[in-house]
Amino acid sequence: MATTARLSHADVEEFGRELDRIRDEILASLGKKDAQYIRGVIAAQRKLELGGRVLLFASWLPPAWVAGTAALATAKILENMEIGHNVLHGQWDWMRDPKIHSTTWESDIVSPSAQWKHSHNVVHHTWTNVLGKDRDLGYTLLRVSPGQRWHPVYLLQPIYNVLLALVFEYGIALYDLEVERIPAGDKSLKETSTQLRAIAGKVRRQIVKDYLAFPLLAGPGFVPVLLANLTANLTRNVWAHTIIFCGHFPEGAEVFTEEQLEGETRGEWYVRQLLGSCNIDGGRLLHLMSGNLSHQIEHHLFPDMPSNRYAEIAPRIRALCERFGLSYTSGSLARQTGSVYKRILRLAFPGPRQHAEPAAPPAPDLQAVI
Amino acid sequence: MGAGPIDGWDRAVDVLVAEASHGRFWAASGAAVESAVLGGLVGAVRWLTTPLFPEDYLSLVNPLWCGRELRGRIEAIHAETADAATLVIRPGRGWIPHKPGQWVRIGVDIEGARHWRTYSLSGPPGRPDGCITITVKAVPDGLVSRHLVRQAAPGTIVELAGPDGSFVLPEPPPRRLLFLTAGSGITPVRAMLHGLLTPAAARGGAKPRVADVVLLHSAPTSADVIFGAELRALTARFPNLRLYERHTRTEGRLRPGDLPDLCPDWAERTAWVCGPAGMLQEAEEHWAGSLDRLHVEHFRPVLPRAGGEGGRVRFTKSGRETDAEGGTPLLIAGEDAGVLMPSGCRMGICHSCVGRLTSGQVRDLRTGQIHGEAGDLVQTCVSAAVGPVEIEL
Repeated sequence: MATTARLSHADVEEFGRELDRIRDEILASLGKKDAQYIRGVIAAQRKLELGGRVLLFASWLPPAWVAGTAALATAKILENMEIGHNVLHGQWDWMRDPKIHSTTWESDIVSPSAQWKHSHNVVHHTWTNVLGKDRDLGYTLLRVSPGQRWHPVYLLQPIYNVLLALVFEYGIALYDLEVERIPAGDKSLKETSTQLRAIAGKVRRQIVKDYLAFPLLAGPGFVPVLLANLTANLTRNVWAHTIIFCGHFPEGAEVFTEEQLEGETRGEWYVRQLLGSCNIDGGRLLHLMSGNLSHQIEHHLFPDMPSNRYAEIAPRIRALCERFGLSYTSGSLARQTGSVYKRILRLAFPGPRQHAEPAAPPAPDLQAVI
Repeated sequence: MGAGPIDGWDRAVDVLVAEASHGRFWAASGAAVESAVLGGLVGAVRWLTTPLFPEDYLSLVNPLWCGRELRGRIEAIHAETADAATLVIRPGRGWIPHKPGQWVRIGVDIEGARHWRTYSLSGPPGRPDGCITITVKAVPDGLVSRHLVRQAAPGTIVELAGPDGSFVLPEPPPRRLLFLTAGSGITPVRAMLHGLLTPAAARGGAKPRVADVVLLHSAPTSADVIFGAELRALTARFPNLRLYERHTRTEGRLRPGDLPDLCPDWAERTAWVCGPAGMLQEAEEHWAGSLDRLHVEHFRPVLPRAGGEGGRVRFTKSGRETDAEGGTPLLIAGEDAGVLMPSGCRMGICHSCVGRLTSGQVRDLRTGQIHGEAGDLVQTCVSAAVGPVEIEL
């Protein structure tokens, strides 16, 4: 535990400066190729979606159904992860293209962008893996750290975690509402109802599009098209759930307490982001389909760096970690997923007893990431 | 969000009222029906493309099929001088014909990032091929002008905003005109000359619309005169056009004091002046007694970087904050902070960049004057923060 306990303060700050240098170097080198990359991914995603929907008009033919559904599911995953998530992080704001900008983008998930940006970019990326602060799943609904007090309801978490995976986008939308803040008076009912209405608007549009309009257009193909769209949405939900859980909950990801964050310097903030994140090893396709969240560590260190650059800096970050004796957690998709499910299963039951307090550093300079 | 069927009908009614008020009722009903059908269709299709717009898919086929944003394609680039070129641009659907002398805002992607600038339209409206032209001179530290003249290639898609500007001729034009230009200041005037001279020629040239035009143009050498050959040919063809070229490298700058010699009746003419700031200032002093006879157009920024203390700037709509120095325009501060800042000429002329001040005060970088009350629209390209500022952008 607590890899950082071995690091001197000076080392932590030097580590931070090295990372700042990498960040400055990459941001200064952004150019035409990067712009072509994101425009290319967006164009490919839209063509894939169009192709899938067209194929589904012939969905009474089983091969057409399978191909159409696969194309649509792939398009939805790309839209959600490599495009939507990263655009909403402001990774492409430097292009000043109003069509690809964090302040104008609306994603094909039921969370309204503004709400998602708050709970994801601000809360989760600031309070990464801090008990009672990082609301990014788990910390309220699931028990993912021994530091969370056990309750009998957690006995069911292996089951409701699977259900959550299936309806993941709805889970995120409700989670963004932060309803647990209402009883304490931290959040007004009025604000909540305004947010609920925004969610309802997006839910309605998605339901009309995927479960009514396209099936109706297919005429006699109503049922197969509806099932295809449902399958595509469920696939996207399960995939997003898997990737996101693999980012923070496998073995090796550390959890922090609020006290540890007091007086956190920039260097300490970097260390916490590193230790609270896990990468997934794989090829270019995996990186693309995971929205480069397979480079979760690089993403958490530099949330607003264009995702196509994470692969390029990953070896440098890994080498830097080796130099400073910091752990850089990564593993195959199967291993990381297995590790997550093992943890969820184990922590459904009481214990284990914690030996030592996790002793990483931290807190802000938080403004620097927001 | 949502150009629904309602929007379609709203637009239809707008079109109907606008057209009917001009007495074109039948044309109006046709346009209204078209607009309603189109609007309704877009609204319906939008349910299929949500959260995107139909055009986001259409523009995969043709980038100019983009309803909410006006775009253009560079069709050709012709060199005019060693450092100036004319770009022929085909505007997409929605371009409103300009008046000779007006400018257009153009957004160009350079190294992936979008940059907006304003350029005078260098030709009259109504080209047979439906294109428009701008003529750009590459200035030494001009990122966009150098890119357009040296790097841009035909086929490039650019963003456009409709034509604007009040540096235009009245209708009917005065009987006697004087154009005083320097460098690329010739570009809007070239559009005006064509508007003045060639329509008459097209009608047989028997009765020129304009009695008398004098053009006094300055450039370093004869080879540096943008449209030089064309201007000389026009002069040879139209006896009512007189051209005087001042080659400043050998003859020195043209001073207002030279005017009476070159154009003895200058005071009886209405003058259009376009050139560097110093020249415009001299013209304004020279015409001080009869400013109603003088029209000027700036075309190059002069930003004295005189600043004060600066301050924290909060962009309320985009939720971004930054510390801006006293000499840094809010526009630059916002762009650097990742805010989608509207922008245009970047020199305080076109008012494309304005934002509503919520609190704080700003310094006008041109004059040094401090001003601003909550609710004021300030030009971000020539205003810098004086203490903490909040602006609705």
